[in-house]
Amino acid sequence: MKPQEYQKLVQENSPPRPLLRNMLWAFFVGGLICTLGQLVLNFAMQAESTKAEAAAVTLAVMILVGTILTAFGVYDELAEFGGAGAAVPITGFANTVTSAAMEFRREGLLLGMGAKMFIIAGPVIVFGILSGFLVALTKALILGLF
Amino acid sequence: MSNRVGEHTVTFSRGPRIISSHTVVGPLEGEGPYALDFDEILPDDELGQKTPEKTERLMLEIVLEKTLQKRNTKIDDVQFIIAGDLLNQITTSTLASSTFAAPFLGVYGACSTFAEAMGLAATLLQGDFAEQVLIGTASHYQTAERQYRYPIELNVQHISSNQHTVTGAGAALLGFSDQGPQVTHATFGAIVDMGLKDAQDMGSAMAPAAFSTIKQHLKDTGRSLEDYDMVLTGDLGKQGRKMLRILLTKEGVPGLERLQDGGSQIYSESQKAGAGGSGAACIAVMTLGYGLNMLKYHKAQRILIVATGALLSPLTVLQGESIPCIAHAIALEA
Amino acid sequence: MPLPWRLEGGSCLQYIIAFLVGGAICAVGQLIIDTTKCSNAHLLVGMVCVGAVLSGLGLYEPFQEFAGAGALVPVLGFGSSITKGMLSEIQRLGWEGLFTGAFEITGLGLAASIVFSSILALLRKPHK
Repeated sequence: MKPQEYQKLVQENSPPRPLLRNMLWAFFVGGLICTLGQLVLNFAMQAESTKAEAAAVTLAVMILVGTILTAFGVYDELAEFGGAGAAVPITGFANTVTSAAMEFRREGLLLGMGAKMFIIAGPVIVFGILSGFLVALTKALILGLF
Repeated sequence: MSNRVGEHTVTFSRGPRIISSHTVVGPLEGEGPYALDFDEILPDDELGQKTPEKTERLMLEIVLEKTLQKRNTKIDDVQFIIAGDLLNQITTSTLASSTFAAPFLGVYGACSTFAEAMGLAATLLQGDFAEQVLIGTASHYQTAERQYRYPIELNVQHISSNQHTVTGAGAALLGFSDQGPQVTHATFGAIVDMGLKDAQDMGSAMAPAAFSTIKQHLKDTGRSLEDYDMVLTGDLGKQGRKMLRILLTKEGVPGLERLQDGGSQIYSESQKAGAGGSGAACIAVMTLGYGLNMLKYHKAQRILIVATGALLSPLTVLQGESIPCIAHAIALEA
Repeated sequence: MPLPWRLEGGSCLQYIIAFLVGGAICAVGQLIIDTTKCSNAHLLVGMVCVGAVLSGLGLYEPFQEFAGAGALVPVLGFGSSITKGMLSEIQRLGWEGLFTGAFEITGLGLAASIVFSSILALLRKPHK
């Protein structure tokens, strides 16, 4: 059998993913995490003087939540049914950093944990900065902000 | 008398046997349907070791040691150790074997390693190059995840074709004796690459290799699947075994009801292991546990082990390469 | 200090909106993962870039006003914070702001994740 034939056969016989179920769970889990974030944000608004500071505090707290849930082995269980609902919120970002830190600590603090902490989150930071740079540069040139 | 039959099958007329063996599995496997077929079920995944790599090495040391102990054999009476595993530079096998003073031959066939080792051991015995050969392999869920996939606590949503690496180790001593199942044939496989690139579905990538080796074995020996009480593939998993059946059916090969798959069967449905077990230890523990017990308790007279391996690396996947696969078949007789 | 969960018109609605918007963003993400060859990494990078672009277009701020945490918490918010920081620093410093602004807002999240993760990695081992 030729490779193309076999590849087609594999595709025809691949079980479909439960799309609707996955999307509903992602919606529910992601929504819940954001609702928690809203609770934190409201508390923070009371305590901080500016919106920016309140937002900053909220993010810090959500990151801590993500880190703790990861450290206690809960976040990956959440992701099994939550999927993108666990990956997309900032808690998911925290999970990538914490899970890598925990994992690679075994190779030592410096060359293990230190070196590989951002091994999963790296692309988000790199491409976030790159796209921000392009957008900000473009806008600044268009508006003559320099 | 020739040592070969057909194009790619080696025969062992001198009658080398599996004269001793030992299997060790983790707690998850110990809660599965074949728990009673394994020699030891470990209490946890760590065994008091600091890293899972050290645990994997310890498991292999345990099975190698106990295999020898069961026959009161000293390592001085063993001419070769043939071992391999999934980790870079097969360090589990090298570090474990460093405590045994016998010439070491490291092998790598991904999850087909155990059959490769057994076939080579039988070949050395047949050729009178050795009197006793010790073989072994091990794998561990956490070490495989770190090397091939992701940190353990990372948020990952597994899909139905993902497999779960078996935590365990299996070793066997091959030699000449009047007891123990005989290794009668070994059909070593060529690498088969159907251009599949999805590392999330290795079963489908490996099925053509299993198909190719099974076909070759049957052609070389003139046998049919029905001449075996059981044909046990290593770890095709639910997806892979489905594809193998499709391929065999298209070819008109009879006897598909003899097909079983270690990976699909080692865990029960409720254990939620996706498409099933995988890892170098899978075929080792299922063969030495389940397979050998079938022969020992007269539930089978003759079985064929078809171990399958996906010869990819994390780097090749990133570089856009397809997944080359391999399968080796070993015929055992009670 | 009034409690933030008082069930008056504004607040309860806030939570519902955060839930719906945040959930919707995640559901779209799930759709992308399940129907395309994108992995989690691809999805998150895509979202952070979208966030950065929306912020440049001036669309993310009003969105955040409306959806609150529903816009802040998803990783889109991370991307928008990068652009926002850069633009605000450009106003202040000129071209250097393109670079100093990168971590102006996101710096908190990065430092927090490093500190918290390090502490917890020292206290807990991965388990399966």
